[in-house]
Amino acid sequence: MTDKNKIALSVKNLKTFFYTNNRCNKAVNGVSFDVEKGKTLCIVGESGCGKSVTAATIMQLLPTLSRIEEGEIIFRKDDKTINIEKLEKNGKEMRNIRGSDIAMIFQDPMTALNPVYTVGFQISENLKYHTNLNRKEIREKSISLLNDMGIPLPEKRVDEYPHSYSGGMRQRAMIAMAMACNPKILIADEPTTALDVTIQAQIFELMEKLKEENDTAIILITHDMGVVAELADNVAVMYMGNIVEAGTADDVLRRPTHPYTKALLESVPVLGRGKNQDINPIKGSTPDPYNRPVGCQFAPRCNWQTESCDVMPEITQINKTHQIRCHKYEQFFEKYDEKRNS
Amino acid sequence: MMKKEILKLRDVKVYFPVKAGVFNRTVGHVMAVDGVDLDIYRGEVLGLAGESGCGKTTLGKAILRLVEPTNGEVTYVSKEDDETELTSLEKKDMDPFRKKLQIVFQDPHSSLNPSFTIFGSLQDPLKKFGVNSKEERRKIIGDLLEAVNMRREYMDRYPHEFSGGQRQRIGIVRALCLDPELIVCDEAVSALDVSIQAQVLQLLMQLKKDNNLTYLFITHDLSVTEYLCDRIAVMYLGRIVELCDSEDLYKNTLHPYSEALISAIPVADLDKKTKRIVLEGDVPSPVNPPKGCPFHPRCPKAKDICKTEVPTLKKYSTNGNEHYASCHLIDLPEIS
Repeated sequence: MTDKNKIALSVKNLKTFFYTNNRCNKAVNGVSFDVEKGKTLCIVGESGCGKSVTAATIMQLLPTLSRIEEGEIIFRKDDKTINIEKLEKNGKEMRNIRGSDIAMIFQDPMTALNPVYTVGFQISENLKYHTNLNRKEIREKSISLLNDMGIPLPEKRVDEYPHSYSGGMRQRAMIAMAMACNPKILIADEPTTALDVTIQAQIFELMEKLKEENDTAIILITHDMGVVAELADNVAVMYMGNIVEAGTADDVLRRPTHPYTKALLESVPVLGRGKNQDINPIKGSTPDPYNRPVGCQFAPRCNWQTESCDVMPEITQINKTHQIRCHKYEQFFEKYDEKRNS
Repeated sequence: MMKKEILKLRDVKVYFPVKAGVFNRTVGHVMAVDGVDLDIYRGEVLGLAGESGCGKTTLGKAILRLVEPTNGEVTYVSKEDDETELTSLEKKDMDPFRKKLQIVFQDPHSSLNPSFTIFGSLQDPLKKFGVNSKEERRKIIGDLLEAVNMRREYMDRYPHEFSGGQRQRIGIVRALCLDPELIVCDEAVSALDVSIQAQVLQLLMQLKKDNNLTYLFITHDLSVTEYLCDRIAVMYLGRIVELCDSEDLYKNTLHPYSEALISAIPVADLDKKTKRIVLEGDVPSPVNPPKGCPFHPRCPKAKDICKTEVPTLKKYSTNGNEHYASCHLIDLPEIS
């Protein structure tokens, strides 16, 4: 598919299950994807589809009631390959990777920062454990990181506590923390959902800059198709623990082939299309994870459901980059071919 | 058809005192809403957009007197053209108007009392306004639940048994049960997943058609306002900076803030990618707003005049429609 050397992380058939009250929630149920260096992979889906759990699994930040059931997470560091799922959760190796090679930006900057430590302290913690810098150098580096993030008066701000930062600045401080050790992979879990659009635009500019300058691979988790259109190179659409469609942004947004992707795109009003645009809600709501439909998870809400959907469809490769999990994709995909030919 | 007002707002201000020190003295005010003039017409959907902290929710609540306006008038115009100034009424005299003005709250999880059944929560307003027989109350609520595509039996369940989208629909039923004329929708769809959001939006439009409602739709999401609203007011730091027909806001944007706001919205369409206008910094504190135009420290086009003089909302014409904006740098001829 793509050049092997360019792949920073590959996830193969990953399954993460949660066990509560003697019931099992198959939150991530067989997910595979590759992340390339210097590219952004967007994972899209509604709440409860398993996108955040996927991120937590890669970072080994899962709660105690859950475990990786099956599958591989292969992280390529220089020439070595490391199987993350085999490492001990809090072992030395995992702690070495977490925060330095793979870093994460969390959804809510208000709760992800510790209110009783200064922002500078929280950034320097990362540098203290992962680099050989001395105290003075660490402080200088923290200040320059804040400066890179566009925070005014970083020399003063570095000694302030999170409460005196605004929402956008906190998120930037979070990114500064994540970027402190020049990670190979940056996982951003809904980094701008809690922020206003103008601040969101600032954060996006910053993330694009980082991607270009440091060749960082970014996994961006979002529910907003607009964000995908803006930032993604590759897209994976998740529904109930499975990737239902994956491909380049061009594949997924211009030729959406899975009924769920199509429905997602049709259900949001698009700016600039005016009052007369059609929006079609997806009928029903996401199923109870303890009481899943048999076969294709989307079938009960799908307009094209047939008997064959009682069996879980396999992943099919439509072309080089575009893959899909649906029995009836051919009939949708042909339409694009017709359009192109006419 | 002549447009008739349902609500007239004149110079509405809401200030919250900031207290500090041992003696709890007032040291300043948060100017949440700072002089808003607005007419809401019968049967329209008026969108109120802006970033967090710009005062849009406070304005919505001030209209219903859920927070008391510090200054200004809110006048209700009935179908028969009788005008009543709501702000000067005694609290108990508000009651007949509360029936006509209702609100749907933002968070469907915290706006329903978890220890009451749906019927228990929803019957209170009906009781207050003289629907005395229980049978009748059950009928009204049951009918409305069916109108929002829920089952009649659901009224005997508790809020925790419902999903977010269902709870938001219950919130809508609560607003509807007194047969109101105006509903303030305060971020009514923001907390919902996209697929559910579309369901609720369509429901709101259907209900508007069936019941001749007027909406004041408060949201930060401009793509939703464009789809839903007839007119849009954009707020910044407690003031309205632009007010016009929803299509004109996208096609003939006048205020640089609206322009930046629109360009910052991610659009789910690869063909429509435009250059983002990235605004520097954050929204200034409403305790101590900048002198002159409140937007000038972040405005890419700011000139000297913007730093000293506060622009007023002036009337222009774009596309044959009224278009209000408050900016010194607009080149169009002003209409009186």
